[in-house]
Amino acid sequence: MRLLTGNDLKTGAVTWWTGSDWSIHVEDAADVTGSEDETARREEAARRVNAPYAIDAEMQDGVPRPTHIKERIRTLGPTVRPDLTLKPAEPDLGNWVI
Amino acid sequence: MYQYDQYDQAMVDARVEEFRDQARRRLEGKLTEAQFTPLRLKNGLYLQLHAYMLRVAIPYGTLDSRQMHALADIADKYDRGYGHFTTRQNIQYNWIKLEEAADILADLAKVEMHAIQTSGNCIRNISSDHFAGAAADELVDPRPYAEILRQWSSFHPEFNYLPRKFKIAVIASDTDRAAMRLHDIGIQIVQNDAGELGAAFYVGGGMGRTPMIAPCINPFVPLDQLVTYSEACLRVYNRYGRRDNKFKARIKILVHELGAEEYTRQVEEEFAHLLEQGVEPPFAELERIRTFFEDPLFEAGASSDIDRSDPDFALWVDRNTVAHKADGYVSAVISLKPVGGIPGDATAEQMHLMADLAKDYSFDELRVMHTQNIVLPHVRAADLHALWTALDVAGLGAPNLDTVEDIIACPGLDYCSLANARSIPVAQRISERFAKTGKTETLGQLKLKISGCINACGHHHAGHIGILGVDRKGVENYQLLLGGSEAEDVSLAKITGPGFDEHGIVDAVETVTTVYEREREDGERFLDTYRRIGMNPFKEALYG
Repeated sequence: MRLLTGNDLKTGAVTWWTGSDWSIHVEDAADVTGSEDETARREEAARRVNAPYAIDAEMQDGVPRPTHIKERIRTLGPTVRPDLTLKPAEPDLGNWVI
Repeated sequence: MYQYDQYDQAMVDARVEEFRDQARRRLEGKLTEAQFTPLRLKNGLYLQLHAYMLRVAIPYGTLDSRQMHALADIADKYDRGYGHFTTRQNIQYNWIKLEEAADILADLAKVEMHAIQTSGNCIRNISSDHFAGAAADELVDPRPYAEILRQWSSFHPEFNYLPRKFKIAVIASDTDRAAMRLHDIGIQIVQNDAGELGAAFYVGGGMGRTPMIAPCINPFVPLDQLVTYSEACLRVYNRYGRRDNKFKARIKILVHELGAEEYTRQVEEEFAHLLEQGVEPPFAELERIRTFFEDPLFEAGASSDIDRSDPDFALWVDRNTVAHKADGYVSAVISLKPVGGIPGDATAEQMHLMADLAKDYSFDELRVMHTQNIVLPHVRAADLHALWTALDVAGLGAPNLDTVEDIIACPGLDYCSLANARSIPVAQRISERFAKTGKTETLGQLKLKISGCINACGHHHAGHIGILGVDRKGVENYQLLLGGSEAEDVSLAKITGPGFDEHGIVDAVETVTTVYEREREDGERFLDTYRRIGMNPFKEALYG
């Protein structure tokens, strides 16, 4: 599957295209296979998100998991500061990312 | 310390308002990201993996307590309670909002700081010896020269769009504590046989994907021609540096391709031309700047005696204090490398504490080291125990300067959009490993440096042991390098062989230290042993 991601214009936070809006949670991301270029162009023009781009991902336990480690780190936050990630209370966070 | 005059302050204030307007137009959609990116970068605002990142310039790494308090306040008010001191003596904040960036710049301007020219293809923050003005071995304080070059290079219209970024370091002792010869221009203040001061120019050094050691192109430039000669070096680069290939655009490539001799010839030709133009600031300006860097009022006859009855304190004194030019004083290094910690990170509370301690014990001065630690440059020996006690309580008392635990690490893939692999967790595991085995002290001086990509912000080429993180089909892999040095015995490290995974690299580092322990002769550092016995014994131990 393909996901569309970018950084929020105001906060710089990592965001994911849900099919109708942007969310900071990858769980909300929609498969944009086939429409990624058009959606990216449109959203770039709307200027809510910086330079959106598409990445590869696969479904794992019902949640999209980006294929590349860099995108998985983007998804949740720095591995060395679990307290600053989106899921600070999640004990298996590291296994999902790495 | 240098203090802004009305022109400095007016320029910085104007820049804040200019950026405020630029950010507003971006937020209102009147500027595209492509239009806005070069504007924000010129103000130190990057977009990293998780958020905007702001890099704040700390000229030649010198701060006073008021400025350190302000940096702490920014960490608390606009970020997530911490900052990251970098390998170029700056500080970075990792969680900045575009909406608040101009407010941060305004707060910085109130304490004579800014983020101008901390990115982009321009002359970056001038770096220097972190013991400047205090070191027992320095010829003079190099900071007035760094300051005049800072003023010359700030907003220099001719050098705002160089082929690539440009970094200058200035030192004034034979001991190189600023990686001087690994800069685009390295300047050493020297003295000739007549007792006159001058500047030796080393041009074309650097790390990154093509590491090079700068050759000396002129061993003695009179100090009243310092700016003119710098301008000549830049002019030749600006004219002939490659703009067609980002990876070949640094001055080191130009100097290498032309040859140092031909590059020097062109610089001398341009220099002769510039001398006729009269671009050098009046010498009185240098004298004026010098007055800001006069010695504090050291206590005459201050005692050098230190009560070493507390072994933990004694170890810290041995490890983390450095000889001072004034009797009864030392420079004290505050390690930002606790075992298992993140190299260079400091919380707002720690920054406030370091500021208070600088006020109490170091004539209100602090320095940022390129090795991501903090220096209190002028501490009375009699005050060391009180200082150490306060640091230790706050987790800042690690006695590990220049040991295997004192690791330089770039932010790596945990934060940086350019990185290929994580650096910080590798540093954490290595420091934990050596702290656990108890070998840190017995290994002595061992400089370990980790970069998460070929851009080498973690100075891996210059590590006695260097580690470079690479991406192998989406999996982190770590190359091991040996034999580098950024000091006066400068050398570039060589790769041992095939890389290791995240766990294997920690074992590999321990393996090479075991070879060192087996092979070392009396008084040899790791680097000395490597240079004597060569790579093969280490390769045999690593790969069989």
